[in-house]
Amino acid sequence: MTPLDAKRPLQLNDQGQLRHFLSLDGLRRELLTEILDTADSFLEVGARAVKKVPLLRGKTVCNVFFENSTRTRTTFEMAAQRLSADVITLNVSTSSASKGETLLDTLRNLEAMAADMFVVRHGESGAAHFIAEHVCPQVAIINGGDGRHAHPTQGMLDMLTIRRHKGGFENLSVAIVGDILHSRVARSNMLALKTLGCPDIRVIAPKTLLPIGIEQYGVKVYTDLAEGLKDVDVVIMLRLQRERMTGGLLPSEGEFYRLFGLTTARLAGAKPDCIVMHPGPINRGVEIESAVADGPHSVILNQVTYGIAIRMAVLSMAMSGQTAQRQFDQEKAK
Amino acid sequence: MSLPNPADLISQMAVDLNAHLSKRAIAEPRFIGIRTGGVWVAQALLKALGSASPLGTLDVSFYRDDFSQNGLHPQVRPSELPFEIEGQHLVLIDDVLMSGRTIRAALNELFDYGRPASVTLVSLLDLDAAELPIRPDVVGATLSLAPTERVKLSGPAPLQLELQDLAL
Amino acid sequence: MKLSILGARVIDPSSGLDQVTDLHLEAGKLIAIGAAPAGFAAVDVIDAKGLVAAPGLVDLNVSLREPGYSRKGNIASETRAAAAGGVTSLCCPPKTKPVLDTSAVAELILDRAREAGNTKVFPIGALSKGLEGEQLAELVALRDAGCVAFGNGLESFRNTRTLCRALEYAATFDLTVIFHSQDHDLAHGGLAHEGPTASFLGLSGIPETAETVALARDLLLVEQSGVRAHFSQLTSARGVALIAQAQARGLPVTADVALYQLILTDEALIDFSSLYHVQPPLRTRADRDGLRAAVKSGVVSAISSHHQPHERDAKLAPFGETEPGISSVELLLPLALTLVEDGLLDLPTLLQRLSAGPAEALRLPAGKLAIGAAADLVLFDPSTSTVAGEHWLSKGENCPFLGHALPGSVRYTLMDGRISYQA
Repeated sequence: MTPLDAKRPLQLNDQGQLRHFLSLDGLRRELLTEILDTADSFLEVGARAVKKVPLLRGKTVCNVFFENSTRTRTTFEMAAQRLSADVITLNVSTSSASKGETLLDTLRNLEAMAADMFVVRHGESGAAHFIAEHVCPQVAIINGGDGRHAHPTQGMLDMLTIRRHKGGFENLSVAIVGDILHSRVARSNMLALKTLGCPDIRVIAPKTLLPIGIEQYGVKVYTDLAEGLKDVDVVIMLRLQRERMTGGLLPSEGEFYRLFGLTTARLAGAKPDCIVMHPGPINRGVEIESAVADGPHSVILNQVTYGIAIRMAVLSMAMSGQTAQRQFDQEKAK
Repeated sequence: MSLPNPADLISQMAVDLNAHLSKRAIAEPRFIGIRTGGVWVAQALLKALGSASPLGTLDVSFYRDDFSQNGLHPQVRPSELPFEIEGQHLVLIDDVLMSGRTIRAALNELFDYGRPASVTLVSLLDLDAAELPIRPDVVGATLSLAPTERVKLSGPAPLQLELQDLAL
Repeated sequence: MKLSILGARVIDPSSGLDQVTDLHLEAGKLIAIGAAPAGFAAVDVIDAKGLVAAPGLVDLNVSLREPGYSRKGNIASETRAAAAGGVTSLCCPPKTKPVLDTSAVAELILDRAREAGNTKVFPIGALSKGLEGEQLAELVALRDAGCVAFGNGLESFRNTRTLCRALEYAATFDLTVIFHSQDHDLAHGGLAHEGPTASFLGLSGIPETAETVALARDLLLVEQSGVRAHFSQLTSARGVALIAQAQARGLPVTADVALYQLILTDEALIDFSSLYHVQPPLRTRADRDGLRAAVKSGVVSAISSHHQPHERDAKLAPFGETEPGISSVELLLPLALTLVEDGLLDLPTLLQRLSAGPAEALRLPAGKLAIGAAADLVLFDPSTSTVAGEHWLSKGENCPFLGHALPGSVRYTLMDGRISYQA
């Protein structure tokens, strides 16, 4: 049994609907498509003058961020607000956690304040799974990023970006470039692309930034950027963090940029209508040239809009799945 | 019970609607069908009226009042309103009027687009089972059903009504 | 006391005895196998028909958590749990608080163990002061206080020369050193075996080379210093291959593995369950198969529980914030019987790896059914099963086997002829 074959029912209710959103593995193609379709509807809402719908009115969404993030946090806040939910955001710095209150206690206190849903971002892989298992199962848990493991809403907004700009996934060639080893975005993207039927998924990185056993995702590995970008339709650039240099994984940002940085010249090897994506924030001159980030191929700013719609879809679907499970349990109890 | 033929109802509804609109001096209304059955009825109605007006489609999934009981409808599609709502006279069309909650949701959604000058409600069937003070301005037929009976419209062509008994 | 145990299938791996017969005990010693001695009248009799009688199990790695970690366990509770698992002699590692690097701590442990009276305890002393890997601990004083061997746990010596000197000192006094070979830098920050599962889960990995690089170094230092060496808690097929090579060229080293390493692989981590968070980590199926083959061939002559009980909070956090360890000594015999059920080992061989094998590795007075020796025995029923967790004795509930039905049940454990556990 490889990890990808294992069943993971924790985030699904008895009818196979989302009741938590923890990671993209174990989710059927139909479910991922439903998320994309629902997000399309929310994009239309976002284009109206009144961008709110009353769907989650009276519900409380709690953003619990153990890891700092302005971008993800604000888009989740906006998504919840546009669903008319009440939003609380808690930035739990690691120092307050080390003052003795366990993660479990923090969440149980919030739950006691009648939160209906938690969006959690944490530095440890598996944090969202842990919370979904040990906090009351009635509370929907949305994973806003856990360690290196998963960032499922980012994965889905990247898929929505690709679908809206390229139509579908069947004949596509997609390249993911950069620090795959430490990237939860890369892991979520590889899983989503595979499930949605993308036939040519490529990862491009030096060996030090590739995880062991990456073949299990069904991707092709390249260590040469020019070769890897040949005729691709989509390029997803990943952020390179400073720490990689001090950890001995790379000699310098300069050398990384020379070998793996996306410049206009390098992009010329891809298809002429290739789109360029990045989860942000961008390190100009480290993984991407400014001209490319701001250029005609870039859809980086659109990704932010799609992100709000995806998060609205996921929040609604998870809340809906919890409701359905409650009903199912009540029926069974009769 | 024998169900009426939708095509017959729609011819009469076209006549009634014209009368209603001219009585109120409404010259260029905007037509909006509620997905999915209301859109089929609206398309047939526009044909019967000989009108080339664009048709807006409204998905009310995000405005329903039963989210806490029933969750999200699985087949959500974007609404498409190819015209302004602000200051316009609207003709809102649905297939079956039962509790009135779908219409309430539709009104709430429309008002988030803008402030209409008026809304005329047209429904193929009225089951006389309103739970809210909502009445159609133009209706094809009024039916009374047993508590376990439901009626369903299939379409878009031909339009057909079917009776279902939930107890069976 | 005069006790006769009648009609058991008596298996003593050291002597090759495997026969349905009677055992007779007096004054805490085994005085006869087979017919009772002339004039012997048993005061108590155990009808052991259908049961297997074997030497009491010898577990080389059981954390008793006392002194210093009372939330996780204490000598009374953990030795009681061990007795339930069929254990009559156990070794506890030096990682206590304070560390077992002074004779006072060794004496405390031995006193408590005697008071509790559940199993015999043979402490492992720290090789370096505070287990810091810098200054040599007073090995001879510790030996005189009752320590049977010395180790530094997973904390490696940062300076190879210091380690070499420590081994030479131990060799001077014919003291056994226990190695948990792991390269500090290669293992640093790792939570799981560096392989596809850890990559998928986003957990930082501990490569196989963390074990093999350190093993290669340690084996060469053992050769150079001539110290008696026992290698503990091996996890990789490559690792046991290195041990086999060393044994083949005449190096008298012994080795043990944790029982759970023979059963579980890193695939168990797939749902981030902290119950499977152990150090050194669970590795791949190929590694598990390599370990199993080494246990079968005898390259690894001892199976231990690697018992590490924890309080609930230690495991109730995201994976990377939990403490490593499985609490399982009270399942030692039934869990080990799964290896017989799987067809890997026959029963006498399994019992050898659980009794004589470990005893010989550390030269302990245990693991044999010998006339005139202390009557340390386990009586178990191979035909019934044990539902793990029904009557849990350890303070640590961190056991992934809870709720499972395991083959066989311990019916009596006897230490010095006295019943220390009865089902």
